[in-house]
Amino acid sequence: MATPAQLGLQNATSPIMEELIAFHDHALMIIFLISSLVLYIISLMLTTKLTHTSTMNAQEIEMIWTILPAIILIMIALPSLRILYMTDEFNKPYLTLKAIGHQWYWSYEYSDYEDLAFDSYITPTYFLEPGEFRLLEVDNRTTLPMEADIRMLITSQDVLHSWAVPSLGVKTDAIPGRLNQAMLASMRPGLFYGQCSEICGSNHSFMPIVLEFIYFQDFEVWASYLYIV
Amino acid sequence: MAEEMKSKVKNYKTAPFDSRFPNQNQTRNCWQNYLDFHRCEKALNAKGDDVSVCQWYRRVYKSLCPISWVTDWDEQRADGTFPGKI
Repeated sequence: MATPAQLGLQNATSPIMEELIAFHDHALMIIFLISSLVLYIISLMLTTKLTHTSTMNAQEIEMIWTILPAIILIMIALPSLRILYMTDEFNKPYLTLKAIGHQWYWSYEYSDYEDLAFDSYITPTYFLEPGEFRLLEVDNRTTLPMEADIRMLITSQDVLHSWAVPSLGVKTDAIPGRLNQAMLASMRPGLFYGQCSEICGSNHSFMPIVLEFIYFQDFEVWASYLYIV
Repeated sequence: MAEEMKSKVKNYKTAPFDSRFPNQNQTRNCWQNYLDFHRCEKALNAKGDDVSVCQWYRRVYKSLCPISWVTDWDEQRADGTFPGKI
């Protein structure tokens, strides 16, 4: 989850998010370098008494400042496309989880074997235990096995919502009448928080998502405690 | 053939990748499997054959389709207002 005054991305929990963080650092470094260069040149131009008012052509420098940006853009595009195709890779999901957005809570369905389903409402601030996070905790966490490919199918029962968990690099719109697929995979156990990311009414800020990744064996035990809706 | 189908259904984990629906929008995948199951069931019931071969479609649509969609469609079929052709 995010910490107060956090500037950067959250730590990666999925391989895709690791790639995205590396790409972000790469693109940001390019941005910093270009901005510093431009700022430096501007400062040079503003602090000189020399003038030259008769420039007619500048063939060489025009070549440089056309070719170099093109190369920089290619250097940004190639890693970007690589990650884009990586997110579309064919994979064999271990389990399918449906997340359905409502005003103003999420409901989850695990229907591979039996119809297991539950609602996940925010824990109001008044009911938080010490150590819990304001506006991020829910009554029923979404439990999933770690180190497994999970197919998410995201939709909505009423208006547009968006299911996002930054640590896993997932943000997928929940559109009524449409099933959007996203793949999840966590490399470690733990709690990972997210929030609804598409304005959906008065309590849009109060419908968080908590994923609880646990070991395989424990997941089977947990699933056996759910009951049919 | 029937033996293969039975073992496929027995080893079912979750709906596998379907190359007819390779993209993000899986709505049609859910819809198609729902239709396929009910068409299969209707056709085999008419012939008096074993309906268990249709179980694959049932497992897939159960995995993919939201429960509320399935409930609505079942009601529509009972009312005769179901928009799909079964």
